Amino acid sequence: MNRRDFLKVAGSGALIASSSGTAEARGNLEPPPEAVGMLYDSTLCIGCKACVVKCKDVNDMPAVTDEHNPQWDQATELSADTLNIIKAYTDGSAETKNAETDGFAFIKRNCMHCVDAGCVSVCPVQAMKKDPKTGIVSHDPDVCIGCRYCVAACPYNIPKYEYDDAFGQIQKCQLCNQKGVERIDNGQLPGCVEVCPTGANIFGTRDELLAEAKRRVAMKPGEENTFPLGTVGSPHGHVAPAADYQPHVFGEHEGGGTQVMVVSGVPHTELGLPDLPDRSYAAVSETVQHSIYSNMLAPAGLLAGLLYFARRNTQEEGQDKDKEEQS
Amino acid sequence: MSHHQATGGRIITLPFLVLSLLALAAIWILGERFFYGLGAVTNLNDGFPWGIWVVYDVVVGTGLACGGYVLALTVYIANKGRYHPLVRPALLASLFGYSLGGIGALVDMGRYWNFYQMFNPGQQNYNSVMLEVGLCVSAYSVVLMIEFLPVVLEKFKAVKWQRKLEKVLFVFIAIGVLLPSMHQSSLGSLLIAMGHKVTPLWQSLHLMPFLALVTAMLLGFSIVIFEGSMVAVGLRRPSESHILTGLTKGVIGLLIVYLVVRFGDLIMRGALGHAFSGDLRGNMFLVETLLFVVPLVILLQKQWRQRGPYLLVAAVSIILAGALYRFNAFLIGFEPGGGFVYFPSVKEILVSVGMVAIEIVGYLLIVKTFPVLPKAHGHADSAHA
Repeated sequence: MNRRDFLKVAGSGALIASSSGTAEARGNLEPPPEAVGMLYDSTLCIGCKACVVKCKDVNDMPAVTDEHNPQWDQATELSADTLNIIKAYTDGSAETKNAETDGFAFIKRNCMHCVDAGCVSVCPVQAMKKDPKTGIVSHDPDVCIGCRYCVAACPYNIPKYEYDDAFGQIQKCQLCNQKGVERIDNGQLPGCVEVCPTGANIFGTRDELLAEAKRRVAMKPGEENTFPLGTVGSPHGHVAPAADYQPHVFGEHEGGGTQVMVVSGVPHTELGLPDLPDRSYAAVSETVQHSIYSNMLAPAGLLAGLLYFARRNTQEEGQDKDKEEQS
Repeated sequence: MSHHQATGGRIITLPFLVLSLLALAAIWILGERFFYGLGAVTNLNDGFPWGIWVVYDVVVGTGLACGGYVLALTVYIANKGRYHPLVRPALLASLFGYSLGGIGALVDMGRYWNFYQMFNPGQQNYNSVMLEVGLCVSAYSVVLMIEFLPVVLEKFKAVKWQRKLEKVLFVFIAIGVLLPSMHQSSLGSLLIAMGHKVTPLWQSLHLMPFLALVTAMLLGFSIVIFEGSMVAVGLRRPSESHILTGLTKGVIGLLIVYLVVRFGDLIMRGALGHAFSGDLRGNMFLVETLLFVVPLVILLQKQWRQRGPYLLVAAVSIILAGALYRFNAFLIGFEPGGGFVYFPSVKEILVSVGMVAIEIVGYLLIVKTFPVLPKAHGHADSAHA
């Protein structure tokens, strides 16, 4: 085979690869119509951590303690033992709540239940799954191979592997709807929502939560408003002056959108939430992968060319050998 | 009849004993890993789920095992028969590299007993790059064994079986070129889904598979040149540098393509400025780039590339460049946020060192007892076959 032939094979392979991919660009996935989630309002949170305690209770997880103060849970980070945590932002003298300078604010961290979840896209064995109805991202340890690609691919560092266990597993918030808990299916609220005393964390469909979030960020600072407890339409709630909200609902568009959304008085980046492009990384990754492998056309075309030349060139070699043996 | 021969010689030598000791240490540490969990021996954490067992043993290791791939492409597809004497040793090195890469992936798997789920059609997720890598690497390891089978049959003089295998071998040669093209590019695609956690100097999104494939080929050619030189020196065999020099044409082309695409991408994304920020990542990028440019400069000089020592320096530089590119993209340029840091533990490093020791011990053992290397005398004559 001469160079021209070789370039023909290479070229045809590349042509098939590129032409088969043009129609396949994958956009962001859409949220299921009845997708559920949570809205966390940092301005209403008082940092009581009742949600952290309840989460451990529901998920049967041990307290994280240090050697000096073993009396109570002292988790400071999400871990395989802590699926939900309240963290604080402080600046300067930390006097004023919800102020970026010389202020403080709380942030609740847990799985964001992404609309187009990276962990679901990258899992080789569908151990990470997005419920087609609720959109809840759940995990099945019985099929998980423990490759931890979900950990690497999550923009929020949510899935955690139990490194200290010979038979460790991945742990993450499953919105209290995992097998054996099923609070959402049973009409209950997620544990962390149920115990929230100020309505800083409420449950609902993504649509109604998004509308509520937009209502809040449009409020005039200081104006009296009603904030519901538990769910968006709840009759229980309290009237309070609105905080000075950032004009941004985190999770409306970030990384293709999330089902757990955040509104706050300080910018989300100060609260440790990442700046993400609107297009999900999963959509980019799958577009590239499916452009190359759409219907396996490119690999099949390439293989056909490779088979042709490999056969021809090994046969020639065989002939050479025979000649040598004769001589 | 054969153009190959076992080199013979003593098997138990001082290097053999030292390497075996390192291999045993690695096996001991792996025992600890299986009894007490990954955390007992590694520095993996909630921000860095992949350490050197994935990045060195699998991502870099299989890249270094691409010698069999590029030679199959050169000899059987591009029909450059004069490189044929290099095929068997390269296949052997690839076989070890891929087998140990597979073992490395398995011991790193947090739930290895579920590994078979990757082969369960009911569970497979065709959107996952990891699935493609897992299946492809497994399949290629089997293909490498079949490609190496003629050596074993020749050793045991199973002429009938050898003839039969030779008739169908072209099928496995073709698949053996296809599979690495697929999974080596996918190793780069693994990073796309990690998005902003891969810092801008290394997050090229759509170009990741291309850059990974080009570096795989560069690693493959360079490791062939490197191994050829090592065998010549270590086993006191005639130098093969006159054959090896021919491979440099392909290497030069690949280096130019790589550098043009890499820098074109960085400039288009406006990310090149990070290279001069003076921090660890910027400096590592500069080192990586230097390691790609130096061999290009050497190989472009005709009087240099024809001399063994220069050729070896260029090959080693490319090996380091390709390895560092992958280390940078997967670890040094990986920023999960939240203050997480990772540096491998001594035990992690010892396991990776032990894996390399197993490779070298196995390679030495097999070239001494199986007809892998070209016949020492008059091998230039048979080179056209």
